[in-house]
Amino acid sequence: MTTDIIRYIELKNRLFNKKYSSIYEIFLIITDISEVIVRKEKKAAFTIDNLQNQGVWILGQSEYLEVFIDESQEHLQTLNDHLMQLEKEPEDISIVGEIFRSAHTLKGMGATMGFEDLARLTHNLENVLDLIRHEHMSVTSHVMDVVFESVDDLEEMITDIAGGGDGSRDVSEAVQKLEVLQSGEDKETAAKSEAAAAVHVESSQDTDNTAVSESYDEYERTVLKQSQEQGYTPYKLEITLDEQTMLKAARVYMVFDVLEQVGDIIKSTPSADELEDENFESSFVITVISSVELEELRQRVLKVSEITNVSVEVVNVDEPAPATDNGSNDTPEKPAEDASAEKNEQQEDAAKPAKADKPEKQNTGSKKGSELNKTIRVNIDRLDVLMNLFEELVIDRGRLEQISSELNNSELNETVERMSRISGDLQEIILNMRMMPIDQVFNRFPRMVRSLSKELGKKVNLEITGAETELDRTIIDEIGDPLVHLIRNSIDHGIEQPDVREAAGKSPEGNVHLSAYHSGNNVFIEIEDDGNGIDQEKVIKKSLENGVVNEEDLEKMNDQQIFGLMFASGFSTAQEITDISGRGVGLDVVRNTFETLGGNITVNSVYGRGSLFSVQLPLTLSIIDVMLVEIGKEKYGVPLTAIVETAIVNKNEVHSAHGQKVIDFRGNVIPLVFLNEIFEVPDTETAGEDEYYSLVIVSKGDKIAGLVVDSLIGQHDVVLKSLGSYLSNVFAISGATILGDGQVALILDSNALIK
Amino acid sequence: MAVETAEGYVKVIVFQLKDEEYAIEVDDVQSIEKMQAVTRIPGVEPYIIGVMNLRGVITPVMDLRKRFELESRPYDEATRILVLKRDNSDIGFIVDGANDVMDIAASNIEPTPEVVGGVAEEYLRGVIKLEERLFTLLHIDKILNKQDDKQRSGM
Repeated sequence: MTTDIIRYIELKNRLFNKKYSSIYEIFLIITDISEVIVRKEKKAAFTIDNLQNQGVWILGQSEYLEVFIDESQEHLQTLNDHLMQLEKEPEDISIVGEIFRSAHTLKGMGATMGFEDLARLTHNLENVLDLIRHEHMSVTSHVMDVVFESVDDLEEMITDIAGGGDGSRDVSEAVQKLEVLQSGEDKETAAKSEAAAAVHVESSQDTDNTAVSESYDEYERTVLKQSQEQGYTPYKLEITLDEQTMLKAARVYMVFDVLEQVGDIIKSTPSADELEDENFESSFVITVISSVELEELRQRVLKVSEITNVSVEVVNVDEPAPATDNGSNDTPEKPAEDASAEKNEQQEDAAKPAKADKPEKQNTGSKKGSELNKTIRVNIDRLDVLMNLFEELVIDRGRLEQISSELNNSELNETVERMSRISGDLQEIILNMRMMPIDQVFNRFPRMVRSLSKELGKKVNLEITGAETELDRTIIDEIGDPLVHLIRNSIDHGIEQPDVREAAGKSPEGNVHLSAYHSGNNVFIEIEDDGNGIDQEKVIKKSLENGVVNEEDLEKMNDQQIFGLMFASGFSTAQEITDISGRGVGLDVVRNTFETLGGNITVNSVYGRGSLFSVQLPLTLSIIDVMLVEIGKEKYGVPLTAIVETAIVNKNEVHSAHGQKVIDFRGNVIPLVFLNEIFEVPDTETAGEDEYYSLVIVSKGDKIAGLVVDSLIGQHDVVLKSLGSYLSNVFAISGATILGDGQVALILDSNALIK
Repeated sequence: MAVETAEGYVKVIVFQLKDEEYAIEVDDVQSIEKMQAVTRIPGVEPYIIGVMNLRGVITPVMDLRKRFELESRPYDEATRILVLKRDNSDIGFIVDGANDVMDIAASNIEPTPEVVGGVAEEYLRGVIKLEERLFTLLHIDKILNKQDDKQRSGM
């Protein structure tokens, strides 16, 4: 135990000397150490429980839990991304290397933090990936399904851990499936050994003179290299047990015991777990660092009974084993490739010379790597506090601006102006800090679409553009579920079965295009599919049946308004309730979510050709630009995002149509909304005397209306505050703000005023 | 929910409404403010007179006279706003005046008698008798609950 601690400290110092940039590398090394420790523990008792204790011993659990969760989620995402990529290009084995590394890191972190089920599942996942990586298993749809399932399990475990759980989960089914994969595939390979190592041996036997072959990861090589620098020699031992051996695991432990008397075990293939379970045929490979001579080592191991053969070789750490002539992609080259990939990622080298032939595919990966290095993690609570403080500042800024304009002192004016400018910049930075790429929401969709289309027997190609578009975090947090709903809808109701599509002259594979882009102060998200589109007749019939609309109103509606009926509450077009959509949550909930966020949703469709759902969202929620208006003695703010323009019209330009006052505005007849009537504003006697109306023209989608106010005060940046839970659902009021003079002004929700 | 000081004592704030004294447990009260500018909110219950800016927090304000359907009276120097903290949001009660903070023995709290002033019985939690004074202990949750308001004007 003490030697381990010393070893740990030594390694730690080395790590710091080398200035390793990413914490995950530290995790990797620590994991290896913990594996060594665990192996020692296992000599005494065949239990994995100690792993947890050792893990805790090495890293204070709670202290690192947050980091663990964050990094795990990142690795899960990398796993998902690369798996999707692999499925598209099953031949590209280099992707498997990336996947393998993520899985391996996850395993290491999981074991270190003491999450056994997670470690166990990733371990098995890793084995399967290893077989794929070494081309002993081909990437079939079935293999991918099993791998995806286990990634799902992993995700749930991490979610559980993030939610304060212990991350335990029944992984036996997933593990079993993975094991079946491993054994099933192995039977087909020439070598009947279960583990990759034995396979390596055989595949490289004809070209290499030695029978011992082993592949090392970057960090393993690092450890080996460092040990060599300290005067130890790394050895590879291939040990073959007698076929008749009854207690293979016992022999293995005797070998481990012998080796650890003279050195440290760095790696074994198969892994210690598998050796313990006697999950191997008769031979296994161990990598040891030791100061004793090669022959002595061999003799020591041979003293263990029932061992028929031991072949020992010094590991050449500096350069990977020479590539074989026949198979350029053979095992020895793999570690080098992986190593270079990893190094590239650390060095955030987007160009990736080692993989120059496929630079684009690596972009996401390398981007992630660079983000890791260039960012710091800040708890969102702190950002919220910062935001709140800044809001206070904005209020005081308004007050100061007002005072200075009243005092009319040029020096004060100058200073206040300067301060306003700086705080404006500050505001931009703070708001930007809260911005996150919408990829945070989008990145889970490829997986979802994949499993959905499988489930429904449809072929769907999901294309995503503009995933880098940034949105305020609070909005990002909210839009996930409604977007899921919309995409499910598109695939479930929009995209047809392949045979139906072919009959309609379309390609059997349906397309769903998810895009996001900025426009002005808004972000637009569009979901377009080339499926069946929406049957307008059906929408009309259903709306009338469910009393969503009456015939009279219906006649006045244009196409888009009719499609818009689908978002009314009490409407559902699903003919048959499927598992995918129609779970009782209708499109009205989707619309509500977007509207609460200050956005809206519209739909357009050509029956038989496809449909387009377009969502408009504000960039940010808390600080908004408003036009302050006065009605009677009350001040209201109209969000600038809703305003088309302001106008002053003569009273004799106002006409009356069906009891509704309207004006002719640039060729359009638009209704007037008298805010003093709607808000029952007292003391508006002045309004009657004026010859003109002051109008704020607002829009909602393609509908416009003119809000009649007494006067326009001007444009202001204000902090939108909620009216509190006691006053939820006030008609046409979305919140309030505090003006420079300390008064409260209400913010209009113009969407509610346009019918 | 009554936080008891010493043995079986409840600390209350005593306030004036029309010609009677009422009490609210002090733990419910966040602060007592002088009357200040209130911005009217259109289309809400008539007893919610609007929102005020309470040190940067938008706080709804309710006129307790209107809530209990007592006759209105102009606000004056004595008028106070009792700010209560409820479910993470504040709400202000306009009262005619805040009179006292007192420790009341729990034994002094008696169930509400059949008829008390003009305030509907459902808002009351009990009556406190103390020498010659009589306070009515209010049931805050009932006052805040719009659904339970049977006399609610058809908004």
